[in-house]
Amino acid sequence: MSAAHHEASLKSTYTPAPVHRYSVGDKVAVKRSFPPGHRRTPQYIRGKQGVIERICGAYPNPEELAYGFDGLPAKVLYRVRFLQTHVWPGYAGPANDIIEMEIFEHWLEPAAT
Amino acid sequence: MSKTPHDYYARKPGDHHDHHDHSHAHDHDHDHDDHQQPNPANEHDNGPPGDYEIMSRAMQELLEQKGVITAAQVAKRMELFDEEFPYHGAQVVARAWVDAAFKQRLLADGRAACAEMGAMLEAERLIAVENTPDTHNVIVCTLCSCYPRALLGMPPTWYKSRNYRSRVVFEPRAVLKEFGTELPDSVAVRVHDSNADMRYLVVPMRPQGTEGWSEEKLAGLLSRDMLVGVTVPRVSA
Repeated sequence: MSAAHHEASLKSTYTPAPVHRYSVGDKVAVKRSFPPGHRRTPQYIRGKQGVIERICGAYPNPEELAYGFDGLPAKVLYRVRFLQTHVWPGYAGPANDIIEMEIFEHWLEPAAT
Repeated sequence: MSKTPHDYYARKPGDHHDHHDHSHAHDHDHDHDDHQQPNPANEHDNGPPGDYEIMSRAMQELLEQKGVITAAQVAKRMELFDEEFPYHGAQVVARAWVDAAFKQRLLADGRAACAEMGAMLEAERLIAVENTPDTHNVIVCTLCSCYPRALLGMPPTWYKSRNYRSRVVFEPRAVLKEFGTELPDSVAVRVHDSNADMRYLVVPMRPQGTEGWSEEKLAGLLSRDMLVGVTVPRVSA
């Protein structure tokens, strides 16, 4: 391995999010909201409940980047895990099948139950 | 290029006259079409499958039922059509198979681990997900067709198709079966919608019968489809 590669391997690309509302394992709900504009929250997951799988870091808000703004301050991005049987009523597979995706903090609220 | 509704031969699976522009090198082609309902029955811009699409599917099913071809062979053939671009993904996974410490680094920080091997990713972060005897991972981007191009080359046509993007999220097992991958219910299917800033790489399980293989030989087992999670590596006895 070259020195440069070794250095690259030591330098984590993790983008810290020192201030975050939710922690790994927290139960959350995706807001059931349908605003116009560029959104990275798929429609099929809005209103669904899941569990925080990991905190990805803080990233410029894509909903503002899409319109030429700087997207700052950065928003905390989470990966949220959902049970397929909860997301799709009538899901044909077994109960432990899951779907995960990235949801920005402002799309999440604490789960009601 | 103008197309009439009857111009079926000009129509490819992922070609639904949308505004995807793959001429740029960016690996995150937002297409702003997040108004889709991910249910094929609700597809509004692709229409129902054309007659030739239906005939082609019926022919493939017949040939499979008669044992003339297998779904895996068709997938392999389509992969050959698409595989024009070199990719580093196979080398990265082969290294992970032989080097446990590297695998740990890959799972902890995929981008940094790929950089060790000279694959510089454009995306901020790469999340490597590992297949295990209990879990099978598969990647999709339902909103557009986010894909780690620096690692896997150009995305295959099927990855960009509305059919794959809409169906794999709610009937992943049926879609995997069409790729020749049948999973028992004891294996949980974990679908990853690559919908924002992360990019994903599936680390398949190293097949039995590859003990003592070199990294290079192991890399030869790995196709791009396996690193997206629609197929799994096998060693023919």
